[in-house]
Amino acid sequence: MAVTGLVLIGFLLMHMYGNLKMFLGEHSFDFYAEWLKGDILYPLIPHGWFIWLFRAFMLAAIALHMYSAVTLWARAKAANPQAYAAKKQLAQTYSARTMRWGGVILAGFLVFHLLQFTVKATLVKGTADLTPYKLVVAEFNVWWLVLAYGLWLVAVCMHVRHGVWSAFTTLGANTSPKARAVLNGCAWVVAILLYIGFMIMPVAVLTGVLH
Amino acid sequence: MTTTVRPTGTRPEDFFSVGAEIRDTKAPAGPIEQKWSKRKFEAKLVNPSNRRKLSVIIVGTGLAGGAAAASLGEAGYNVLNFCYQDSPRRAHSIAAQGGINAAKNYRNDNDSTYRLFYDTVKGGDYRARETNVYRLAEVSANIIDQCVAQGVPFAREYGGLLDNRSFGGVQVQRTFYARGQTGQQLLIGAYQALERQVAAGTVAMYTRHEMLEVIIVDGRARGIVTRDMVTGKVESFFADAVVLATGGYGNVFFLSTNAMGCNVTAGWRAHRKGAYFGNPCYTQIHPTCIPVHGETQSKLTLMSESLRNDGRIWVPKRAEDCEKDPRQIAEADRDYYLERIYPAFGNLVPRDIASRQAKNMCDEGRGVGPKVGDARRGVYLDFSDAIGRLGKDGVAARYGNLFDMYAQITGEDPYETPMRIYPAVHYTMGGVWVDYDLSSSIPGLYVTGEANFSDHGANRLGASALMQGLADGYFVLPNTINDYLAGAPFTKVDASHPAAVEAVKAVKDQIDALLAVDGTRTVDSFHKELGHIMWEYCGMERTEAGLIKAIGLIQKLREEFWADVKVSGVNEDFNQTLERAGRVVDLMELGELMCVDALHRRESCGGHFRAESQTEDGEALRDDDKFLYVAAWEYNGTAQPPILHKEPLVYESIELKQRSYK
Amino acid sequence: MNITLRVWRQANAQATGKMVTYQVKDVSPDMSFLEMLDLLNEDLTLKGEEPVAFDHDCREGICGMCGVVINGTAHGRGDSPVATTTCQLHMRSFSDGATIDVEPWRAGPFPVIKDLAVDRSAFDRIIQAGGFISANTGAAPDAHAAPVGKLKADRAFDAATCIGCGACVAACPNSSGMLFTAAKITHLAMLPQGQPERYSRIKTMIATHDAEGFGGCTNIGECSAVCPKEIPLDTISQLNRDLIASLFKKDGK
Repeated sequence: MAVTGLVLIGFLLMHMYGNLKMFLGEHSFDFYAEWLKGDILYPLIPHGWFIWLFRAFMLAAIALHMYSAVTLWARAKAANPQAYAAKKQLAQTYSARTMRWGGVILAGFLVFHLLQFTVKATLVKGTADLTPYKLVVAEFNVWWLVLAYGLWLVAVCMHVRHGVWSAFTTLGANTSPKARAVLNGCAWVVAILLYIGFMIMPVAVLTGVLH
Repeated sequence: MTTTVRPTGTRPEDFFSVGAEIRDTKAPAGPIEQKWSKRKFEAKLVNPSNRRKLSVIIVGTGLAGGAAAASLGEAGYNVLNFCYQDSPRRAHSIAAQGGINAAKNYRNDNDSTYRLFYDTVKGGDYRARETNVYRLAEVSANIIDQCVAQGVPFAREYGGLLDNRSFGGVQVQRTFYARGQTGQQLLIGAYQALERQVAAGTVAMYTRHEMLEVIIVDGRARGIVTRDMVTGKVESFFADAVVLATGGYGNVFFLSTNAMGCNVTAGWRAHRKGAYFGNPCYTQIHPTCIPVHGETQSKLTLMSESLRNDGRIWVPKRAEDCEKDPRQIAEADRDYYLERIYPAFGNLVPRDIASRQAKNMCDEGRGVGPKVGDARRGVYLDFSDAIGRLGKDGVAARYGNLFDMYAQITGEDPYETPMRIYPAVHYTMGGVWVDYDLSSSIPGLYVTGEANFSDHGANRLGASALMQGLADGYFVLPNTINDYLAGAPFTKVDASHPAAVEAVKAVKDQIDALLAVDGTRTVDSFHKELGHIMWEYCGMERTEAGLIKAIGLIQKLREEFWADVKVSGVNEDFNQTLERAGRVVDLMELGELMCVDALHRRESCGGHFRAESQTEDGEALRDDDKFLYVAAWEYNGTAQPPILHKEPLVYESIELKQRSYK
Repeated sequence: MNITLRVWRQANAQATGKMVTYQVKDVSPDMSFLEMLDLLNEDLTLKGEEPVAFDHDCREGICGMCGVVINGTAHGRGDSPVATTTCQLHMRSFSDGATIDVEPWRAGPFPVIKDLAVDRSAFDRIIQAGGFISANTGAAPDAHAAPVGKLKADRAFDAATCIGCGACVAACPNSSGMLFTAAKITHLAMLPQGQPERYSRIKTMIATHDAEGFGGCTNIGECSAVCPKEIPLDTISQLNRDLIASLFKKDGK
């Protein structure tokens, strides 16, 4: 759970960094998009293989993450045959409480996101023949789509907020009450950074800063 | 089941008869420092390969029982271990706060085995058996080694070595401690060793099983009858020897610092089957407990005696001031009575003296705090001087956890208003009589820890209870019981043996009888009434007239119990009322014997203060000419008074002295 | 004070239980929560009803025998100003006329025996799986043979204060016994005497923890929040570190 979670968070940070290339202009972004699919690790591996290896790796991470989650969920359910008539949480954060259902919602939206920008099957305004930059601009000109991504990212960042803390704790980094505060602080920083980093570009498109 | 009431009387000798003197025959002759080595050498051994063919029942999982079960399991015997709690880790040894003594002399301050031995005998007011106490001091150092090896986290200094403090009014620093939770840490150590043996298959653990009877076959203890506290199943278990490590009986007073479940049933049932009961009247009353708040109180909480190092004890000089806010009472109107009566020791006089004087003040009508019944039962323990001297932080550094505990229980802030304290029953020095091998008067029945009478005489020193429990469990019993087991295997016994059938029937009959009464009073109401009688007449100060009255009251209470108790539910269930009822039956019978013992011992010694035997200044006065013996009581049926067997105490290594703290 | 109690009543392990409402009158604010239950039971007994079964023993917060969920928090931590066991919770923490919900620990590995009493023997089995140092009686070197630095000794002690009450499991949304297990792991891992079995111990204890049916830890922190001894959450990280390290060691299975 922890290792795959950290892989996914690492990907998110990289993805966010890539998105910000939109601000460097159309050429830069399109070149970046092309590079991802093209020559990475060439000639160690043939042209265009990297992206597929990377996708397989990500898919495996997601699958393992989900498998761990389902296992934990099943164990918790088996260990909780009878619910409390009254139950009050003292320490549980909202993000910790929503990890499981939150995760399911994230996975659902991820499918939509991939269909939209990778498979290009559910495009709203753009068309599949557009360059990556133009496609992004076309899509994020739709206000409700930006809003949907804004909400989705709230869910993502909440998941990340508990996830960062929890992953590091599972890996043994919570060594003292002070470390606990630091880890929770880092989790907040990563979550907020991701939110801002991801949302700044669609908002820029919607407000016409990027066109 | 009916109770036949013994004949009563007006004179002490009407309440008992005197039998033959008894002696401990196991301690070998020779210099005291060689006795234990000699005994270990002379004891018969059991070949390691034969041990697995032998079994031992151990009742109780505290320091004495858990340590013995683990050690005998390691030795290779088959151990059956029983406790009434849901886990062996709950035994009440866990609640001991202060520490454990050991003659390590790590402080280079003249400590030695002999000095620990001497202090313990003196502290026990010369009513303990010399040989047992010397051995206790001798093995004390091994206990610390053993516990450290198990991972017990004793307090340490920055250099990584163990810390010591002085405790209980002795002049050397020999007490090892683990913050205020020494008992807990030692018990967890024994518990872990025990669970290791459970995993190894040498110990079979029976939790939530209460022992209700001993099975005696051909004069030997061969088994016990238990009740499964979840299903109510009454069952017999058999072994080659039986060990009782069942703790003390302070709950005869209802309110005590003991756990709610502590009881005398195991020891008392053994007593009824022939085991002598030693010195039942010796109880220790601890001066610094949180006072009773009302009639519904279920237990008392002890606070460490160390509070008396800096707190000053007082009551108002005038009874009419007792209702006032203590901060409004002028210095001149306060009576710092311990400092007044004992200028040399002041607030640091021994436990029994501090306790008795608190009672005297309250009896004079100068007690403080809420009225319980018709009197206020509390005295002030005031830290305002200490706060002035050390600052609030200084006091908090020394006593912070105790202050927090006091605030949590009473809702009062001891930094602002003086604490209220009152004595409470804390430990029972008496118990089943045992010899040097810890064998009772029934062959094959061993008794260890607080359940036996052996090491503390008439008063126990601080930090000595843990020492005794672990000494018995780890080092004494595993080196003496082999002498008996070497004679095994004994005749085969199973549940069909007439002795077993009879014992099971006796247990079932009593359960049926308890359920059949269906009266109008709850078990607790009887237990509380017994407690009031014991506290009033067999507590801190005892008189002939009071004790005779108490015996009559207890007999009446027993009759009323069997006529009017209400035990709800059925046997075949998790029935806590039934459990308590059975315990109260035995506590009432024990209470009567305690009063008889206190009545016959017309001297004051240690925790036993007879008003008839005091110095002109009101101090305890021993009578060594008449009472230098252990009173070992033999049960003589319900209709006959008990028989007193005297075991003369022989002091070869220590000279008798009168205690003085002025 | 007068209190309305809603108490879980369940005749035995097989029966289905339900919340039953009782009125308790003349409660003193100085009573402990268990003394208030005593009062209820005295009343029920005299009325010819079955008293409420609950586990308790020392009543001074150290034996770990007592423990019920009060108003949704283990040991009533949500109503208490300080960390507490049920026996050290006092009625002054509640207001006159309050309605209080009382339930047993609820977790699969802690089946209800009757009413508020549960079976926590799974904890003993976790200890049996390695929660000890193998040191036979009599085999110990001198206590000063292995000094322990104060920091490690203190950390061992902090973990060793666990009383095994099970509140951590009762509070955990996953019903995980990780804090209990981690407390023992940390206690023994900090001491030189605990090193030889350090990595085999963790494997067997964790395997038993899982086999007993406890859930997995997701680092929520409810356990530590209700713990009467305030066992810190970082013990779980210690356990995780040792577990990861043990994967690279031959010790144990």
